[in-house]
Amino acid sequence: MTELVKLTIDGYEVEVPAGTTILEAAKKLNIKIPTLCYREGLEPYGACRVCVVEIEGRPRLEPACATPVAPGMKVKTRSARVRRARRMILELLLSNGHQDCTTCEKAEDCELRQLAYELGVREIRFEGERYNYPIDTSSPSIVFDPNRCILCGRCVRTCREVQSVEAIKLTDRGRNTRVMTFFDWGLGNVECTACGQCVLACPTGALRERNDIEEVWKALEDPDKFVVVQTAPAIRAALGEEFNLPPGTSVTGKMAAALRRLGFDRVFDTQFGADLTIVEEAHELIERIQKGGKLPMTTSCSPAWVKYFEHFFPEVLEHMSTCKSPQQMFGAVAKTYYAEKLGIKPEDMVVVSIMPCTAKKFEAKRPEMKASGVYDVDVVLTTREFARMVKEAGIDFASLPEEEFDEPLGISTGAAVIFGVTGGVMEAALRTAYEIVTGKPLEKVEFKQVRGFEGIRTASIDFNGTQVRVAVAHGLANARVLMEEVRDGRSPYHFIEVMACPGGCLGGGGQPIPTDMEIRKKRAACLYSEDERKVVRKSHENPAIKKLYEEYLGRPGSEKAHHLLHTTYTSRGRY
Amino acid sequence: MKILLKRIEKKDYRGTLEEYLQEGGYEALRKTLEMEPSGVIAEVKRSGLVGRGGAGFPTGLKWELTAKVPDSPKYVVCNADEGEPGTFKDRIIMERDPHLLLEGMMICGYAIGARQGYIYVRGEYTESYRRLEAAIQEARERHLLGEKIQGTDFSFDIYLYKGAGAYVCGEETALLDSLEGKRGEARLRPPYPATSGFRGKPTVVNNVETLSCIPAIILNGGEWYSKIGSEGSPGTKLYCLSGDVRNPGVYELPTDVTLEELVSEYGRGVEGGAKAALTGGISGGLLTPEQFKVTLDYKSMLKAGTGLGSGAIIMLNQRRCMVDVALRCLEFFEHESCGKCAPCREGTKRARELLQKIRRGNGDSASLELLLELQRVMYDTCICGLGQSALNVTKACIERFKGEFEEHLRGRCVVGVCGHD
Repeated sequence: MTELVKLTIDGYEVEVPAGTTILEAAKKLNIKIPTLCYREGLEPYGACRVCVVEIEGRPRLEPACATPVAPGMKVKTRSARVRRARRMILELLLSNGHQDCTTCEKAEDCELRQLAYELGVREIRFEGERYNYPIDTSSPSIVFDPNRCILCGRCVRTCREVQSVEAIKLTDRGRNTRVMTFFDWGLGNVECTACGQCVLACPTGALRERNDIEEVWKALEDPDKFVVVQTAPAIRAALGEEFNLPPGTSVTGKMAAALRRLGFDRVFDTQFGADLTIVEEAHELIERIQKGGKLPMTTSCSPAWVKYFEHFFPEVLEHMSTCKSPQQMFGAVAKTYYAEKLGIKPEDMVVVSIMPCTAKKFEAKRPEMKASGVYDVDVVLTTREFARMVKEAGIDFASLPEEEFDEPLGISTGAAVIFGVTGGVMEAALRTAYEIVTGKPLEKVEFKQVRGFEGIRTASIDFNGTQVRVAVAHGLANARVLMEEVRDGRSPYHFIEVMACPGGCLGGGGQPIPTDMEIRKKRAACLYSEDERKVVRKSHENPAIKKLYEEYLGRPGSEKAHHLLHTTYTSRGRY
Repeated sequence: MKILLKRIEKKDYRGTLEEYLQEGGYEALRKTLEMEPSGVIAEVKRSGLVGRGGAGFPTGLKWELTAKVPDSPKYVVCNADEGEPGTFKDRIIMERDPHLLLEGMMICGYAIGARQGYIYVRGEYTESYRRLEAAIQEARERHLLGEKIQGTDFSFDIYLYKGAGAYVCGEETALLDSLEGKRGEARLRPPYPATSGFRGKPTVVNNVETLSCIPAIILNGGEWYSKIGSEGSPGTKLYCLSGDVRNPGVYELPTDVTLEELVSEYGRGVEGGAKAALTGGISGGLLTPEQFKVTLDYKSMLKAGTGLGSGAIIMLNQRRCMVDVALRCLEFFEHESCGKCAPCREGTKRARELLQKIRRGNGDSASLELLLELQRVMYDTCICGLGQSALNVTKACIERFKGEFEEHLRGRCVVGVCGHD
């Protein structure tokens, strides 16, 4: 049993386990100590000093995020001395030119702006100095503006601790300190996976997604273009947050309505692509198991995970499923099968994706993703960009009616919904693979063994006497653990699901800010309940998918399917 | 009374192992190896020795805290980064009597139960590095370092590490990060190095001079040492006297020497009349002539509103402009801030900008107030000593030479340093 420690904060007594920080102890008393460099899930860093508090008997103020409680401690969180220090630190930071809030992409989400307001900073007494660093636009996914960086290190620590990528580091010192890629080559030219977790972590506008909204407006206004849109599963569980709805509110119907009002010619669903992915991937897995192919096989639908794999484990690339991701499968089918049906040339169709992800922007631009001869997907918007577009268009999102997706590429199953949560692809694949292998219908469609938020989860599933061993990881640092086993030839699994982002796509780098553990859990619950509400819950039973195979592809893994729906990988190495 | 420079000041002494042994070197180690480790620590505690790097923490207590942590391996790390402006004492020991330091480290290793010691040598100190390297080689050859030293159960070795020129790496936790191959940034405390230091293991970090005091304490006893110099921070100290003084240098004197004695008797006075003395390099503060009777020990200096720090005294004469002095000190800190904590990284920059403005004659009285407020906030909130003390000199200059600052606000530099009359 952990020993309990009693202390006083602002005159109120509180008892917490030894080792608790003052910040956490204060939360128990509903006292919110302001923070900037602190971020849930990361090691305390204590660099911004905004969370300083006064502790009786100590000569200096101490950071609440990194100071453990002690018996009898008397803490003041809002004394004049504390408030003076916090305000001045904000003044110091703001005097570096962080005052262009009106034109900042992340103005709504900016913690610095909000703190300055909440802590009563109403004038900046320092003249300060404006930096004029070049903005890094080398990545198709993420833009880094060092001029808006306050050096809190949240991005750097996320990249290292959560993702084990370390594409960015703090370099130089003092006033010249900067967040930088290897030799300042830029995010597009190093081992950055484009996952965008740094964007979620960044408390200012320094890190943001590349804004592609104008491209979508342009396509919508072009009378010669047929513009279709697809939305990833995780969007419907999170988009509402951008319009002040509580986290976990399902907005599927309103989202479809909003897209229609923006002027898309067809409102489709990436979940159609997800069902298709499962049918192809389940067949690939079965074939690898039955014909002695490379095992374990890993999923390939998370583009940051794919890029990570290519950078860090290029020697074992053949372990990755050759299936394209749902986004790309959707685009390939839309510009061939569907375009042919409509009699439209692929180059006259524009496929727009709404994704919870920054890496999807990168994925769409991979040169091999051109099944029809032109890009499968033309423009990718994050959840946040989509919300901004809705706001710009003056659509009152919360009051919209619930509408349906268009057919046929808007038809999907419950298995596809859960693609948005860690373990979901695994579960969906198991639902299909089990029935194909055993020839028997599943009694219970849920595989709860692979659900949850543990970093790595493993299970062994009985397929009619054959034990299929599976593992699920989310967050690339967790994936690394499984991949080192694969690289060293000691991985005991048949099938591994990896999602680059903590929680899966629902916690993706393109999702609403803030994204924390509480919010991730609510989004997950939303997706699981949407799965339960679906009549059809297995991908291979999706009638639109069945029709696609009948009319166009033949069978899973056919030559045509391979041409359209499968891909190749690039050995990238680290630099 | 010479303890540290005893041999160095002898004619023709070069500090080889042979010479060191002839002068009674490694006798303290021999004696140590016959003692209980706890007895060694008790002796150091009895001596009253406090750290000579600047913070003045009781050395024996530091060793005891580290020894008591039930974790291993333990490490001895010697801070030889000597980066404080005006400080040049450690290099004398390293260049001219390196075995004195090695012996001190070995005794510390024995006392706390460490098998490895590291010396983090300032990057620019190539000669120190070379001499230490040779000394370590000599000691290994004589089996004073290595496995089962001199047939005892004590095994210990010492390794050298070269700094890369960052002042902040003289701060003990940044030094440890740098030693681990990381970017040198001050760590959060707790945990302190005593429990979680080098590679997360219990570590004593001591300055060169501190460790070099140890052999004499072991040989002559803690009580003997405690009676030298000032009560409260006893012993002798290496004072680095520089600036506008006629005879600058390193002087070893008991800690009850007054600043006046040091400056007039040893430094032969200040050319052009003393205006102020920067103490503890440029991070302690300053004293004005009416305070020069203060004794140069840690406690008295604190009482006088400044710090002894590393023992560096920089004398300023009447031709120095205190606005200019404050600005130059600030430029140093701005350049050397590691950049981790916001108040230091941004605060040193803002303070430099304000002082520049004042120096140019464009300041206003609000900027003086702002500087003083900034000093209080930086003292209160910065992670490490660098930021906490970066504005000490600025504050002292404003408070003690207010008239000079006000003249600058009116566009006049009385001594004519700042270019506008």
